[in-house]
Amino acid sequence: MNAAPSVSNLVPLLPEIVLGVGGMALLMLGVYRDARMVRLIDYAAIALLVVAGAVLLLLPAGKLTSFDGSFVVDDFARFLKILALIGSAAAIAMSLDYAERELQQRFEYSVLIVLSTLGMLMLISAADLIALYLGLELMSLPLYVVAASHRNSLRSTEAGLKYFVLGALSSGMLLYGASLVYGFAGTVTFSGIAQATARGGTGLIFGLVFLFAGFCFKVSAVPFHMWTPDVYEGAPTPVTAFFAAAPKVAGLAMFVRATIVAFPGIVSQWQQILVFVSIASMLLGAFAAIGQRNFKRLMAYSSIGHMGYALIGLAAGTSQGVQGVLLYVAIYITMTLGVFTVILSMRRSTGMVESIDQLAGLARGHPAMAFFLAMLLFSMAGVPPLAGFFAKFYVFLAAIKAGLYVLAVVGVLASVVGAYYYLAIIKIMYFDEPVEGFYKMPLELKVVLAICGLFNVLFFLYPGPLVGAASAAAQSLF
Amino acid sequence: MIIQAIFFYIFAGIAVASAVMVITARNPVHSVLFLILAFVNAAGLFVLLGAEFLAMILIVVYVGAVAVLFLFVVMMLDIDFSELRQGILNYLPIGALVGAVLLTELLILVGAWAIGPDVVKSIASPIPAPSDVNNTQALGLVLYTRYVYFFEAAGLILLVAMIGAIVLTLQHKPGVKRQNIAAQVARRRTTAIDIVNVKPGQGLS
Repeated sequence: MNAAPSVSNLVPLLPEIVLGVGGMALLMLGVYRDARMVRLIDYAAIALLVVAGAVLLLLPAGKLTSFDGSFVVDDFARFLKILALIGSAAAIAMSLDYAERELQQRFEYSVLIVLSTLGMLMLISAADLIALYLGLELMSLPLYVVAASHRNSLRSTEAGLKYFVLGALSSGMLLYGASLVYGFAGTVTFSGIAQATARGGTGLIFGLVFLFAGFCFKVSAVPFHMWTPDVYEGAPTPVTAFFAAAPKVAGLAMFVRATIVAFPGIVSQWQQILVFVSIASMLLGAFAAIGQRNFKRLMAYSSIGHMGYALIGLAAGTSQGVQGVLLYVAIYITMTLGVFTVILSMRRSTGMVESIDQLAGLARGHPAMAFFLAMLLFSMAGVPPLAGFFAKFYVFLAAIKAGLYVLAVVGVLASVVGAYYYLAIIKIMYFDEPVEGFYKMPLELKVVLAICGLFNVLFFLYPGPLVGAASAAAQSLF
Repeated sequence: MIIQAIFFYIFAGIAVASAVMVITARNPVHSVLFLILAFVNAAGLFVLLGAEFLAMILIVVYVGAVAVLFLFVVMMLDIDFSELRQGILNYLPIGALVGAVLLTELLILVGAWAIGPDVVKSIASPIPAPSDVNNTQALGLVLYTRYVYFFEAAGLILLVAMIGAIVLTLQHKPGVKRQNIAAQVARRRTTAIDIVNVKPGQGLS
C-alpha cells in the first residue's frame, strides 16, 4: 500500500497535470513579462484547455482508477470533463474583448479560470469525500476572486464578498456532512460508504442531508439559491457567463456521482429531498424571473429553474435519469453561453447596458443576433424541435418511468410559466420600437453565438452522437 | 514514572493558569503572550502522551502563525480592549453555567466513547503497530505516497489563495516611492558625497 505512486498510476491524471503545470507556467509568464503579453496568455489558456481535452480523449478507454480509487476516469467523467473544458474555454474567449476594455488587462483572470477548471476536473473524477472536497475548494476559490475582479466597482466587490462568505458557509455544511458520513461509515471512499449504507443508520442520513445542502448551494438549487441573483448581477458579465456554465457542470457531476455511487442503498431517503429541491427550484425559477428587468438577474433565475429540471433526472435515480441530467447540462451550457454573448455585446456609446428593455427593436438593427437569441430563448423555453425541448423531454421521460408523476407534471407546468418571460424578451426584440443600436459584435462573440445557436437549431436533425455518449456515460455509473 | 507525573502536573497547571490569565489580563498583548504560553504547555502534554508530531504542529501552527497574527492585529488596530471588557463580570454567572453544561456533556461523551464494531471491518489497510513506527514516520509513509494526490491538491488550493489575495489587493499606483535596491547598491562615493570647503562666516548657500 505504501509504494510510491508509479507512472501508470498517474496516467489517468494526465489532463489534470497538463492544466496544473500549464497554469503555473502561464502564471510565471504573466508575472515576468509586461502587460502586452496578456492577450497571448489568454490564447495560451484556451490552447491549454484544448490540449487537456485532447489528452483526455487519448486516455485508454474504460474505467481507470488511481490512488486507491479516489480518482476515477470513466465515461461519465469523460463526458462531463469535456463539457467543463468547453465551458471554460468559451468563457475565456468571451472575456477577451471585455477584459481589454474594462479590466485593465489582467492576466491573472485566465490563469485563475484555468486553475478553477482544474478543480472542476478533479471534482468530476472524485470518488471519495476528501478528493471531492479538495476539488470543490479548488474550483470555488478562483470563482470568488474573479467575481470581485472588477475592483473599482462596488457591486463586483459586493458580489465577490457575498459569494465568498456564503460559499464558506456551504463548504462548512458539506464538511460537517462529510464528517458525519465518515463517522458512521468508517470510510471516505464512495464504494465503502455504499457498503455502509446497506447496513443503514440514521447518522448516515443526517450526513447525507448536510452533504446535499452543500451540493445544492454549488448548483444554486432552492433553498440554497439566495446568492445567485446578486452574484450574477454584480460580477463582471464574462465572469457571470463563466459562472453560469462550467461550474454548474462540475457541481451536477459531483451531485450525481456522490448520490448514485455512494448512496444507492437509501434511494427512498434522498429521492424525497431531490423531488422537493427540484420542484422548488423549477417554481422559483419560473415565477421569480417574471418581474426581472435586468437581463443578468433574469438569467440567474433562469439558471435556478434549469438546475431544477436537471435534478429531475437525478431524482429518478435510474440510468435513464442520469442520461437525462447529462443531456440537460450539455444543452444548458450551449443555451447559456449563447445568451451571454448577446448580453456581452449590449454596448453602445453610453456604455454597457443590462436591461432587457434596451433590446427593443434589436431585430431591425442586428437581425442575425436577434434571430439566434430568439432561437436560444425558444430553446430555453422548451419549444420543439429545438435542443431545449429534447433536454426536458429526456428528464421528464425518466421521471415518468420512475413513477414520479407529480414531479413531471409540475415540471411541465413550470416550463409553461417560464415560457412567458422568454417570449416576452422575443416580443421586445421583434415588435417594440427600436432604440439606439449596439456596437458591432466582436468576432469571438459572433463565433460562440453562431455555434451555440446552430447547435440548438440543428440538434434535432442528428441527435444520435450526443444522446449515445450520454447514455454510455450514464451506464458507466451503474 | 514519577518524573512523568511531575511534568504532567507542571504542564497542566501552567496551561490552566495561563488560560485564566488570557481572559483576565488587562493588556491585550499580555493576553496573547499568555495564550502562547498555554499552547506551549499543551504541546508539552502532547509530548508526554507520545504524540510528538501533534506537539510540533501545535507549536509551528498556533504559536508560529496564529498567535503572531493575533499579536499583529492587537498592535496594529487601535482598539480599547479594556472598554470592550467592561461589565464582563455581569455575564460571569451565565458564562459559568454554559461552561458547566459543556463540561458535563464532554464528560458524558468521553465516558461513553466506544468505537463501532463495524468501523474496524471497513478499514482499508492494516495499521502498523505503534512499536514499529513513531507517529511522524507513520504520517510520512502515507502522506507522500497514498495521499500525495490530496497533498498536491491542497498545495494548489493554497497557491490559488495566494494569487487571489495578490490580485485583489495589489495596486500599481503611479507616484509611489519604492525601494530600488539596484540603484542603492550602485551608488558610489563620488555621487553620494560632496566635499565643500566652507569659508568661515559665509555658510552654505
